[in-house]
Amino acid sequence: MSTELLIAIIVTVVGASTPILIAALGELVVEKSGVLNLGVEGMMLVGAITAFVVTFTTGNHYLAIICAAGAGVASSMIFGFLTLSLSANQTATGLALTIFGTGFSALAGQGYSARPVTLLGPLFPAELATHPIWRVLFGYSALVYFSLVMVVAVWFFLKRTRAGLILRAVGENDLSAHSIGYSVIGVRYAAVAFGGAMAGIAGACFPLLLTPQWAERMTAGRGWIAVALVVFASWKPFRLLAGAYLFGLVMTMELYAKAGGGPLSAIPSELWAAMPYLATIVVLVLISIRRDASSNAPACLGRPFLPSN
Amino acid sequence: MQFRLEKRAEPSKRVLYIAPLIAVLLTMFFGAIVFSAIGYDGIGAVREIFLTPLTNSLKWQDLAVKASPLIIIGVGLSIAYRANVWNIGAEGQYIMGGLAATWVALLTHGMSGFWILPAMMLAGFVGGAAYASIPAFFKTRLNVNEILTSLMLTYASVQLIYYLVRAPWKDPMGMGFPQTRRFASEALLPNIIPGTIVHAGVPIAIIVALVAWFVMSRSVFGYQVKVVGSAPHAARYGGFSENKTIWLALLLSGALAGFAGALEVSGPFQRMVPGFPTNYGFTAIIVAFLGRLNPLGVIFAGIIMAITFVGGEIAQTTIGLPSSASGIFQSMMLFFLLAGDILVRYRIRRVAPQGEARA
Repeated sequence: MSTELLIAIIVTVVGASTPILIAALGELVVEKSGVLNLGVEGMMLVGAITAFVVTFTTGNHYLAIICAAGAGVASSMIFGFLTLSLSANQTATGLALTIFGTGFSALAGQGYSARPVTLLGPLFPAELATHPIWRVLFGYSALVYFSLVMVVAVWFFLKRTRAGLILRAVGENDLSAHSIGYSVIGVRYAAVAFGGAMAGIAGACFPLLLTPQWAERMTAGRGWIAVALVVFASWKPFRLLAGAYLFGLVMTMELYAKAGGGPLSAIPSELWAAMPYLATIVVLVLISIRRDASSNAPACLGRPFLPSN
Repeated sequence: MQFRLEKRAEPSKRVLYIAPLIAVLLTMFFGAIVFSAIGYDGIGAVREIFLTPLTNSLKWQDLAVKASPLIIIGVGLSIAYRANVWNIGAEGQYIMGGLAATWVALLTHGMSGFWILPAMMLAGFVGGAAYASIPAFFKTRLNVNEILTSLMLTYASVQLIYYLVRAPWKDPMGMGFPQTRRFASEALLPNIIPGTIVHAGVPIAIIVALVAWFVMSRSVFGYQVKVVGSAPHAARYGGFSENKTIWLALLLSGALAGFAGALEVSGPFQRMVPGFPTNYGFTAIIVAFLGRLNPLGVIFAGIIMAITFVGGEIAQTTIGLPSSASGIFQSMMLFFLLAGDILVRYRIRRVAPQGEARA
């Protein structure tokens, strides 16, 4: 394998992993606050179409990312209002949000399919990335560096800050957190909004980082894989990083298999396409065999909070 | 003046059954506003989507044909959700049922006999149940979240269709189209009303719902499902096995989804095509909730959802509404329903501000 090919593969893996990583980081914070939002896939689609339309009309990628984050927050607030203010069933509401996001993005994207935009270019000047080795470090767009910075930021927030401690307290024991005066609902709203923003940005990765166009359901279940990754990572940001890159590798193998040639194409392309989903099941099973995995879940995950008065 | 929520002594049955109706009415009202706001004929959209399928008798057969798979799958899901088992992969089980029935149809091609169609239906049951047994196995053995496994299996099953119709099952006379040959007449679901598209699956759907209602309300199994779902501790104390209930809930909902797949492939489709997954399995989730997880309610919810499908198609041709609009209406309905659920358990009380109350 030549160095060029190896580097090309690394760059593809990083690209494929980034949206999953960003969405999963958001969901991790949401779940740490004790809320299970299964609407990630829907919010990603809303983010994807928003980012596409803004890029298409203004040509400004960074504005597109900000708008996608805003659209993600807006759609997450539907979920927040229903589950936090009205204590509706979180599983059902999250599913409804995914169905809504799928429909909304298809409606908003009407007439935009097969129209190209430009991808978001590398963050650093091209002179830095001339040598192949430098390209592996400095050849990516801002979204990739954002995802990596957020891994550290989320870890630092949860482990080292007072606000992060409060958020974890709310997720582990909502009644105690409430009784010592913290606003359980307020903290959870903030967490859900953060998850929405991250899902929106993750959605923006699809038209800006991967395929420079809009296609219905273009996130293709990546939002669900992000939800699964949070379980896989036992709610730990750095394990999330490893998990997301593992999935990026599986998806990249699919791309190379489809491109033809080599030992990878001996397997039917449909099996490669199914691989990320099958791999998700395998990792969920493997992680469940290890005893400590599920015991690390926030104790109040998915339970509605309704103080008696 | 403030409002606050006060827990009802008992969940309100009245609100429980009225809520879906109110959700539909609110969806029509806000749907008209939203679609007007984004530049469509909002009132026309609501009229075409919700009313035209009912007033135009030519559309009734479409309603029946669209409602029947939704009802069959929705009945299974309503039982699973009652048991607190979140089977989200009904679409995948529907696909596997359809594929299993296709396999029997292709295998028996050229044979004759009354048994071919029943064998296909049986294959559908088994295919769906077998696919649902994977999440059941991992859930009961290793406590792996069934939402994620059943959903991931759905994505995988779609790829299995693509593979089968592209290579081993491809119709040699199909001029290169990725699809199977058209089934022989022995493998086709009979029409029950001549001159229409209404097939035997329509009465079967009603029978499935009635049987399920009877089982859920009159049998120990139904009682067990409800107890395990709503009060797992009490269930354990009462000697009901949680794992057994999870298995039964997943196998039953999977088998019904697979059965619906077998009916669809032998009825409307008449062959396996890449377009076989039509989201019935996902829409049936809304059907189950709209029907209040009650098999009789699922009949009505299935019809309402079929109305939005058929109406969505009408609105596409008459007022140029995009096909995705029905998805928005469907999710709005579910949002309103879930929002209203709080009023089943709580009532809104007007209370004086606390300062005044103390004074």
